[in-house]
Amino acid sequence: MSVIELSDVSRAFTVRSREGFRRTKREVRAVDGLSFTVEPGEVVGYIGPNGAGKSTTIKMLTGILVPSGGTIRVAGVDPSRNRVQLAKRIGVVFGQRTTLWWDLPLKDSFAVLQKMYGVPPARHRANLATFVELLDLGDLLDVPVRQLSLGQRMRGDIAAALLHDPDIVYLDEPTIGLDVISKARLREFLAQINADRKTTVILTTHDLDDIEALCTRVMVIDHGRQIFDGTLPTLRASQQAPRTLVVDLATSLPPLQVPGATVTKVTGPRQHLTFPPTTSAAPLVAHIAATYPLVDLTVAEPTIESIITQLYTPPEAD
Amino acid sequence: MGVYWAIGIRSFRRFSTYRIATASGAFTNTVFGFILCGVYLSLWQARPGLGGYDTADALTFVWLQQGLLMPIGLFGASTTVELGERVRSGAIAVDLYRPTQLLLWWLSMDLGRAMFQLLARGGAPLLVGALVFDLKFPADPQRWPAIALGIVLGILVSFGFRYLVALSGFWLTDSRGTEYLALWLSLFFSGMVMPLVVFPGWFGEFARATPWAATMQVPIDIWLGRNPGGTGAALLFQLGWCVVLLLIGQLLTLLATRKVVIAGG
Repeated sequence: MSVIELSDVSRAFTVRSREGFRRTKREVRAVDGLSFTVEPGEVVGYIGPNGAGKSTTIKMLTGILVPSGGTIRVAGVDPSRNRVQLAKRIGVVFGQRTTLWWDLPLKDSFAVLQKMYGVPPARHRANLATFVELLDLGDLLDVPVRQLSLGQRMRGDIAAALLHDPDIVYLDEPTIGLDVISKARLREFLAQINADRKTTVILTTHDLDDIEALCTRVMVIDHGRQIFDGTLPTLRASQQAPRTLVVDLATSLPPLQVPGATVTKVTGPRQHLTFPPTTSAAPLVAHIAATYPLVDLTVAEPTIESIITQLYTPPEAD
Repeated sequence: MGVYWAIGIRSFRRFSTYRIATASGAFTNTVFGFILCGVYLSLWQARPGLGGYDTADALTFVWLQQGLLMPIGLFGASTTVELGERVRSGAIAVDLYRPTQLLLWWLSMDLGRAMFQLLARGGAPLLVGALVFDLKFPADPQRWPAIALGIVLGILVSFGFRYLVALSGFWLTDSRGTEYLALWLSLFFSGMVMPLVVFPGWFGEFARATPWAATMQVPIDIWLGRNPGGTGAALLFQLGWCVVLLLIGQLLTLLATRKVVIAGG
């Protein structure tokens, strides 16, 4: 059974503006006809540009916003009608906000959470021990939260969101502002929790490396509508993004003449050539090697960023 | 209930981390105590028995007032100010994810704060005042439970009002104007400027019937044994305002939640 089900969900906001004495009301559809299901244990990347409707969707999934139309079921219940009951089964992390007690040691926040969610003491101790080990929180438990670095605080926030064994966690930009090592560590932890506990993870992010590292499935939303839902390889294949051949020559030359490929950039002896994803690189390489003083070359697959950018910008305006 | 107790304890601990602020606050209260004593001494010398207080009553009022000011939160308290900020910034949405009642959460926070400030700041000015002036202390040991209850009810009434002010941010784009107005109403009608007993006629009656009278004037009168209708009636008066304000608070919480959930903030 699906753990999250959305069927034709939409959410409109009324925007009031005033010009002189005239008041105007305008309806903005933040989410428009969204339908999808998520199975238990899936790790779903939920991505889209700013204002696409990501946060609105998450708010509806947690029950703090009712949809204007359509139906939502999360863990078998209607979120907005069972908000408090559902709160015990979900965990939420906002990268830019903290739920920890600012002036108190980290362990105090965890103690309050244990009472808040009614976690049996033995279970709480076991969970805490696991998270302390995996997230390396041992030395931080007695440190007031305001003295923690951003990366340390985020580890604390993630542990806080998972202490009550939620079925589903929503992570809203959990790696924002973190350095490369902290990011990698957090991703490793999330992957492990998902593997061990079958926790369903919904991840919204602008950092596509998060998606590459964690997500088995990607959903792309823009202007409140879903424009892609599938695996990362499918996403790559679905877009006709060109591949790139980077050629290092013995000397600087004018742009190369290669049938089936075009030079897009020349920097000294290095030249970048793009070619369609349907073409094989082998004949191009053979031609270049035979005609020019080739020293080295690499073939670059399109980055996920370039694919997403292509998705966000429709080929023609309608 | 365990969670609210846990929150209260953490809030108490949180305020106990601001040691220098606490010490300097108590010092300020003591300085103001001396200034007010100068004013009240000359006033009661010119008008003995003003408002039914003798000079010792008036001086005791000053030192109790300086000790109760922070615990009751007459200048506003950082807990409810923080709540107001969360409403303004929209961070309040995070609070709604929690499986707890918003009003009880913040009430626990405020009680933890008040208890710390009562212990850390309530006694110091009174002690200094008692060393310098001849103050009144309740002779009858049975009065102590009534005093304690009166102070707790005073804190609850004050919280009830401050909570409403903080929630007003859900309907007003900027609730700071409301907070400012509320601050002045609270300072005047709680007896901060003058004990409410000195105001004559209908204005005095009105001032002594407001919820702010229930925050500080009434508990101090219980200490002094000066409640016009007796201690029992005074406690009932406080309890009445406490129930009214907390019920309105709960009602507004439901309306605010519905507004956020349905209109989107």
